[in-house]
Amino acid sequence: MAQTLSEQILSRAAGRPVRAGEVVTVDVDLVMMHDSLSPSIIRVLHEELGAERVWDPERVAVVIDHVAPAASVQTAEKQADLRRWARAQGIAHLFDVGRGISHPVLVEEGLARPGMIILGSDSHSTAYGCVGAFGTGMGTTDIALALATGRTWLRVPETVLVRARGRFRPGVGPKDLALRAARALRADGATYAAVEWHGVEFLSVMERMTLATLSIEVGAKAGIVPPGVDRGQGTGDRDGLALPLASVPGWLTLQEAAEYSQVVEIDLDALEPQVSAPHTVDNVTDLSALGRVAVDVVYLGTCTNGHYEDMAAAARLLRGRRLAPGVRMLVVPASARALQRAAEDGTLATLLAAGATVGTPGCGACIGRHMGVLAPGEVCLFTGNRNFRGRMGSPQASIYLASPEVAAATAITGYITHPQELLASAEA
Amino acid sequence: MHILTEAPMARVWMFGQDINTDQIVPGRYAPYMLKHEDDLRNYPFIEHRPDFAAQVRPGDVIVAGNNFGCGSSREYAPLALRMVGVGAIVAPLFARIFFRNALNLGIPCFTADLTGQLRDGQQVELDLEQGILHTDDGRTIQLPPPPAFLREVWAAGGIVPFYRAYGRFPGEHA
Repeated sequence: MAQTLSEQILSRAAGRPVRAGEVVTVDVDLVMMHDSLSPSIIRVLHEELGAERVWDPERVAVVIDHVAPAASVQTAEKQADLRRWARAQGIAHLFDVGRGISHPVLVEEGLARPGMIILGSDSHSTAYGCVGAFGTGMGTTDIALALATGRTWLRVPETVLVRARGRFRPGVGPKDLALRAARALRADGATYAAVEWHGVEFLSVMERMTLATLSIEVGAKAGIVPPGVDRGQGTGDRDGLALPLASVPGWLTLQEAAEYSQVVEIDLDALEPQVSAPHTVDNVTDLSALGRVAVDVVYLGTCTNGHYEDMAAAARLLRGRRLAPGVRMLVVPASARALQRAAEDGTLATLLAAGATVGTPGCGACIGRHMGVLAPGEVCLFTGNRNFRGRMGSPQASIYLASPEVAAATAITGYITHPQELLASAEA
Repeated sequence: MHILTEAPMARVWMFGQDINTDQIVPGRYAPYMLKHEDDLRNYPFIEHRPDFAAQVRPGDVIVAGNNFGCGSSREYAPLALRMVGVGAIVAPLFARIFFRNALNLGIPCFTADLTGQLRDGQQVELDLEQGILHTDDGRTIQLPPPPAFLREVWAAGGIVPFYRAYGRFPGEHA
C-alpha cells in the first residue's frame, strides 16, 4: 500500500503500517525546547508529572533564541535557571544566546535528520521537514510529557500535496511559492494535515526551511520536502548542510500512488512576487496588484527567511545602493553560522554599506518582544512568517510579509517594490 | 420548554474567525516576560478585546468562528483562558496545537458552528456532561462530543491527571 512521507515515518515509529486517520503512540527521536516555554515545561515535568530526569539527555536540545540576549532581569534570570537545569540534567545540546534560532541550528548541528520524529515547543517546528523529518510543534504540557517518557501520541495526518513545476524567474523564490500556497489553501487549509512540497529538489536545505516553516501558517502538523537533491543543479549548500539529504534511510521514499487529500499545482515559471498584507498570513496578493505601500521598517530575519541565502539575495540588490531616506533595515540572521558565512564572503559588508544594521542571531522582533518592536502606525516589510495584528509590537502597526528580494528592493525605494525593477538596473 | 435549573447562567463571548494566539495573549505578555506569572490572568485578549479579562466570569463560554487559536504553540494562551475560568470554547474548527493545549489543560472544546445561532452577551446554561447548551430564549443546542479517544482525557481533567492515573497515552491500549 503506497504511503505518504508522514505515513512512512509514523509507520516506522509505530512498528506497523499505519494510514491517515489512525492514532498512534510513538517514540520521539528529538525534543527541542526554547527559552520562552522552558520555565513552564520544567515545572510541569518535575512538579506535575513527578519526573526527576528527562528520558534521554542526548535526545533533548535546549535553545535560547526567543529573547536572546536577555532583555530584562526576568528573562535573564529564567535563562540562568535554564542553563543550570540543562547542566544538571546532563543535556549537552544547549545552544545559548547568539547561536541562532532553534530550527536552523538543529539542522546545522546534524541533530535533525531524514525520517525522524521531532517535537519542538515552537509552532514553526514544522521546519525540520526541510531535511525530510516529521517535525511538529507542541505546547508546554505535551513537551513535558515527551521529556518524561520519550513518547507522544499523534493522529496520522492526511497529506496536502503542493506540487511546483518549472523554475523561479529572477527575483522570485521559495517565499513566493509558500505564500502562493497559503493564498490557495488559506490559513486553515491544512489543519490536522501534513503538507508535502514536491518539485523543489533544486532548493538548498535552508530554502526548503522557508517552505517547511510556512506550512504551519496553513494549519499543518508537518511540512515535509522529500529529502532528495536535484543532481543536475546541486543545492548550493555548504558546510555539510546537505549531508542529511545524502543519508536518507532506504525506507523513506516518494511513492507515486500515495493518497493526497488535496493537490495544489503552482507554476513557478509564471509565479510573481507575493505579498501577504495585514493582518492574516493568507491575505496574499501578487505584488503587482498591491498598489503603493510606503514602509518605515524592513526586517530581514526569522527561521523562515533569515538564512544565509536570504541575506545574500538581499545583498545582490543592495550592492552599491543605499536605503531610502527614512527607512530602517534590520537584519537578524537565523543562525551564527549564517552570519559567519555572510561575514566571510562580503554579504554582510554589503548590507552594512547600504545602511542596514545587524542584530544577534535569534528570533528577534518576530514575537514583538525586543530588537525592533514596532510603534503605532508603523509599516513593516517583514521576511518572517506572521503578520498578525500586534505580532511585532503595537497592534496599530501593519506588517506585510514578502521575500528577501522584495525586502531589499523595498528598502531601496521606501515602498513595497518588485525586485525586477531593481534587478534590471543592477544588471545594466 | 426547558426549565432552567440551579446551574449558574454563563455569558456568551462571541469572537470572529482566525482568532490567533497573539490575539489571545500577545507574546509580550508571556509568563516568561512577567515579573509575576499569575498576572497572566489579566491578559487574555488584552489588545483584541480589552474588556474581556475584567468582565469574564467562571463558566462563561467562548463562541468563535473558524480556525480558533491559530498561530503559536504558546500554551499560556489557553492557560490564560483557564485562569479566568472559561467554561468551554465552541468553534467550527480549532487550530491543531491550540486544541491539544486546551485538551491537555482540561478546557472543553466543542467543534461546532454556533456563530449564527447565538449573540454576544447572551446567557446560556452549559450541561458539560450531556454536551447541551440551553439558551435564555428557550432553545436547546446539542454539541457534538469530542473524538472518542480524547473523551477520557477530558473526563480526567487534562493530560497530566490522565497520564498519572492510567500511565498511557490517549488512544493507546491499556
